[in-house]
Amino acid sequence: MFFQLGWRNIWRNRRRTLVILTAVIIGVWSMIFLGALMRGIADQFVRNGIKTLTGHIQVHQPGYRDDPVVENSITEPSVVEAALTKRLPHGARWAPRVRVNAVASNARHSTGVTMVGIDPPREALISFIGGAITEGRYLNSDDPYGIVVGKALVDKFETQLGYKLVLMSQDTEGEIASRAFRIIGVYRAEMEATEKQFVFVTMSAAQEMLKLHNAISEIAILLPAHGEADQVAGALRAELPATEYEVNTWQELLPMATAILKIYDWTIFIWFLVVFIAMGFGIVNTTLMAVFERIREFGLLKALGMKPRWIIQEVIIESFFLLILGMVIGNALGFLSVLALSGPGIDLSALAAGTEYWGMSRVIYPSILGQDVIMANLVVFILGLAVSLYPAVKAARFTPVEALAHT
Amino acid sequence: MDIVKCTKVKKTYRQNTVAVKALDGVSLSIKKGEFIAIAGPSGSGKTTLLNIIGGLDAADSGRVVVDGNVLTAMTQSELAQLRLHKVGFVFQSYNLIPVLSAQENVEFVMLLQGVPTGERRERARAILDDVGLSGMYGRRPAELSGGQQQRVAVARSIASDPSIVLADEPTANLDSKTGASLLEIMEEMNEKKQVTFIFSTHDKMVMEYAHRLIYLRDGRIVEDQVRKR
Repeated sequence: MFFQLGWRNIWRNRRRTLVILTAVIIGVWSMIFLGALMRGIADQFVRNGIKTLTGHIQVHQPGYRDDPVVENSITEPSVVEAALTKRLPHGARWAPRVRVNAVASNARHSTGVTMVGIDPPREALISFIGGAITEGRYLNSDDPYGIVVGKALVDKFETQLGYKLVLMSQDTEGEIASRAFRIIGVYRAEMEATEKQFVFVTMSAAQEMLKLHNAISEIAILLPAHGEADQVAGALRAELPATEYEVNTWQELLPMATAILKIYDWTIFIWFLVVFIAMGFGIVNTTLMAVFERIREFGLLKALGMKPRWIIQEVIIESFFLLILGMVIGNALGFLSVLALSGPGIDLSALAAGTEYWGMSRVIYPSILGQDVIMANLVVFILGLAVSLYPAVKAARFTPVEALAHT
Repeated sequence: MDIVKCTKVKKTYRQNTVAVKALDGVSLSIKKGEFIAIAGPSGSGKTTLLNIIGGLDAADSGRVVVDGNVLTAMTQSELAQLRLHKVGFVFQSYNLIPVLSAQENVEFVMLLQGVPTGERRERARAILDDVGLSGMYGRRPAELSGGQQQRVAVARSIASDPSIVLADEPTANLDSKTGASLLEIMEEMNEKKQVTFIFSTHDKMVMEYAHRLIYLRDGRIVEDQVRKR
């Protein structure tokens, strides 16, 4: 009957209950939805980073990351390949690359780029480039002079498919090496900066141009799941001598992404608290009003022999119903909003320059994380009940004689 | 056997800086099964005396014993237990819980006592039948007349099987016919269940129903007469 009493009591002032219920619903909805949006942004950020030639793990020669020159190449890729065959989990994919800084130029322009020599079929399975061609075609393994460039670079260089582009870099003998390539494909990436930075040629062409023979700059690995990176990297480190090979996970390769993930974690937590503080005042206010309106009634309950803790329990039950109801509806609306946007996403193309500055994708797909939902609900439920204690204790402290005399 | 015994009970209230003597050395004994009216003009101390006997208020000095319990030596929690098990209350303005039906209002005290659901329901309905509210079990207070609400309050007061029922001006808000009818019900309950009824009033018609009339003035008993009806 305590629950019956609590349930009926909250509907005594229907309008007030609906107002506070709306506040709880909006609060919970915003926690779930905006939390999912932030997770979506962070998730896209990491995905973009991983797809943009990072992968989950990379193997280099020690020193390459500090000074990415041809001298710091892996000269025996077969050793790494053997370790990969032995240690990679089922479903993992990998590709070798030559990656050096170069100068790209045509008749009118020149600019610094990163020349990436790839094994076209392997690379297509681990990075964005395989599915990013919008004009022309992707590289074949036997394209000694073919080059794939970004749309932004094409625009900047005022060039087009079929035109020449000269790449210039330093070879293993310390000489300036250059080679003329013909643009056979144009790609689009999430970010314009990527389109301007990376140009793709076949690995054999890059090796030949830079006199690398069989040497490569790195091996990038894509795992079936983000979470496996640490464990697999550990296994590879155990397999490969540390003096000759350096194994890094995406968290180490993308320190900015890792920092942003941490910042987002805290932002979400602070957001939850801010929403709750606003909601908490509403809950306290409403409950206090409900308590003060019923001073005589609490006096009666005490006169009938109800102990103070039962009165506290009674007031808390009323808050419990408000919170549960608000949480159920707020969660449902939050999930529905995320579901509705998970297909088309939120298109921020109009703000592309701004979003790119912050490393965001053009289209954001909200992504619900179980731990965020649990935390949002726990924050609302536990703190909601905690703030209701104040009015509840007030109700329990009325003396029967004073309360019954209250008009 | 005395169910209530008050000895030299004093109570003074402070209204701003003025001290008002509500009870000034009241001593009285009430036996089990009595049907007593405490009469007197407004401010004579009737409500204060009932509140002190019911453990709702504490005396400044003196001794109050209810069914063997010395109230003046009990904690708030013990007093709450005493009110729950030994004392029933009827208030002038009914004071029913508005969101509960007549039956639920009667059941509520038994719920606090821990009476099982089935027994609670059965007893509540039987008491409501006794006070003439058969078929009105599910009605909420707002759907009942003043007289009917006060009958529910009487039913609630005896539902806990108390030793005494304290009724503070129970007929003050009722017309004389409804008031008389309520007093007849209270008298019937008194006889049937041997529950001691103590009610305050300043209405002569109500005093007529009392088997014993205690008259208070300025916080003192000025008359204590046993009457025969």
